[in-house]
Amino acid sequence: MLKIDDLHVRVAGKEILKGLSLEIAAGEVHAIMGPNGAGKSTLGNVLAGRDGYEVTAGRIEYLGRDLLALEPEERAAEGVFLAFQYPVEIPGVNNTYFLRAALNAQRRHRGEPELDSMQFLKKVREKLAVLHLKDELLHRAVNEGFSGGEKKRNEIFQLALLEPRLAILDETDSGLDIDALRMVADGVNAMRDPARAFLVVTHYQRLLDYIVPDVVHVLADGRIVESGDKSLALKLEEHGYAWIAGRHAPAHGGAGVAG
Amino acid sequence: MSALLDSLLGERPVPAGLAGVRAAAAAALRRRGLPGPRDEAWKYTSLRALEQRRFVDGDRGARARAIDAPFLPGAYAARLVFVNGIHREDLSEVGAVAGLHVERLGGRPDELAALLRSAPTGDAFGELNAALALDGVRVRVAAGARIEAPVQIVHVGAPAEAEVAWSLRTQVELGDGAWLRLVEHHVGTAPNANLASIVAAYRLGAGARLDLVQVQDAADGAYLVRRSEATLGAEATLDLNTVEVGAQLVRHDLVVDLAGRGARLRSCGVFALRARQHADTHLAVTHNARDTACDIAWRGVADQRSRGVFHGAITVAAGADGADARLANKNLLLSAQAEIDTQPVLEIHADEVKAAHGATVGQLDERALFYLRSRGLPLELARRMLVAAFCGAVLDGLEPGLRAHVDALLAARLPQAEVLP
Repeated sequence: MLKIDDLHVRVAGKEILKGLSLEIAAGEVHAIMGPNGAGKSTLGNVLAGRDGYEVTAGRIEYLGRDLLALEPEERAAEGVFLAFQYPVEIPGVNNTYFLRAALNAQRRHRGEPELDSMQFLKKVREKLAVLHLKDELLHRAVNEGFSGGEKKRNEIFQLALLEPRLAILDETDSGLDIDALRMVADGVNAMRDPARAFLVVTHYQRLLDYIVPDVVHVLADGRIVESGDKSLALKLEEHGYAWIAGRHAPAHGGAGVAG
Repeated sequence: MSALLDSLLGERPVPAGLAGVRAAAAAALRRRGLPGPRDEAWKYTSLRALEQRRFVDGDRGARARAIDAPFLPGAYAARLVFVNGIHREDLSEVGAVAGLHVERLGGRPDELAALLRSAPTGDAFGELNAALALDGVRVRVAAGARIEAPVQIVHVGAPAEAEVAWSLRTQVELGDGAWLRLVEHHVGTAPNANLASIVAAYRLGAGARLDLVQVQDAADGAYLVRRSEATLGAEATLDLNTVEVGAQLVRHDLVVDLAGRGARLRSCGVFALRARQHADTHLAVTHNARDTACDIAWRGVADQRSRGVFHGAITVAAGADGADARLANKNLLLSAQAEIDTQPVLEIHADEVKAAHGATVGQLDERALFYLRSRGLPLELARRMLVAAFCGAVLDGLEPGLRAHVDALLAARLPQAEVLP
């Protein structure tokens, strides 16, 4: 589904990703772990199409297409979803109005009929229940006045509503207490599907107790230095990221080898 | 003298009662001339191009023009429609409402002249208004009367055989404890380059309340100079909502005198400009009594090569202790060629005053834009959503039907996709 090949990305003149390669098949959940500053959030932003991330080399193929050639809204309509590390507050834009406009814009793009407000609300109610979100959040402005936990749950609620094919979770666990973490994980697990892939970016192993990954990658200094099964996350938890740094002399590009 | 004044201040037939006013105003205006670049109050608004234009004084054909203009939704107690400054009986409706007196002054030149003479002098466009006035309207609400449905005054601009200049005088008087909702609507039938001058005065008695809505959606190409001047008695309230989206060149002087103890003003406004539109709002509020309050929140959006000016001046006079003055002005530039100049001015001569003011000019929040796009909203829709939200923050005072009308106006105009060459 997603094939990233030797990706180099500069942000504000500084090279952040230095030859990252990664392949994710439909139905898989991949986790990316790494120390602060390794380039984890950069990867999510590049995949979603944010301005200011200059791809200097490499390519990203998504469902056989050149992802980098698409505008952010086209990527969304083609099924790419980024759950933001810091969801943006948008005063004056009603959450329900925004979500329906977004969903219908995607449906239009795909040539599907738009949902009327009754059909939309029915869908919304189903998804809200899974995330234990209050109806009231729908009537507020997008993320405005939401607590940290509500913002993150709102991201997963949007994920559930928009039903993307590739969901990228950018440190969705940061700032969540254990109950909120469970709700988020339940929401994600309910979405797992043979046709859908997840890329879970996290600093801590904790989230992976609840969203169990098929593959764990370690991102350090702009490239994948280690890949393995879920036990890799536990090793990292035990030994810390210094352990990775110690095991890897500066690499020569490409993915590291699972240890 | 400029081509403009030359074309307008010559001989013309005038109803006998108005001749004296016209002659005096024209003479004063000839001496003064139009404001120039060295005039501080006109620093950001050049009249040079306007001055070179010639206009015909008054639209003689206004009574016969077929009018197809979108009026505002909602019920009304009375609706007065003026086409190029001339009252249209056939489009107006004034029913009998207890406590409400609506009078047209076109047929009573002596009374119109008295009203014109009562206007403050010392301003070129005030003099132009008096010199050209052929019609006027007076709305009076009896003390204690509460008028439920709004009164609408509609100014329709329509193309004439030539480019015409017209003027209108409005007087609104609320007795003690009276309550009125007034809607002023500027609208155009088709693009035209007419010049309109409107002077409106509002006098609020003790404890009176005026909810005033001004929707300026004048025709593309039109010139509009207007002055809205309010005087508030003790414990009176003026609740003002102003929307400026139309015309080519607009100057609006909003002058509020908080004259009585405990008088309060709430003023929310928005301008949204595109193409080469120019809108200049000059707000001047004076606290002249104790415990008076003003709360001013204006927002501006400029796209393409348009230019917006907001001058918000609050003066607290000596002795007006306990005054509470707040002014917030936020602006949004949608194009690199657009310009917005904002000048908040606070002048305080009293002690024990609470005052706060702030002004900003910024651009659409890139983070918000990306967030919306990442959910599938096309760039144009995302921009429109953010602009609507920005403007909407100061439109909550409008009743829902009017709000929907204004939202639609804004959505249809901004933002524009391409930059003008």
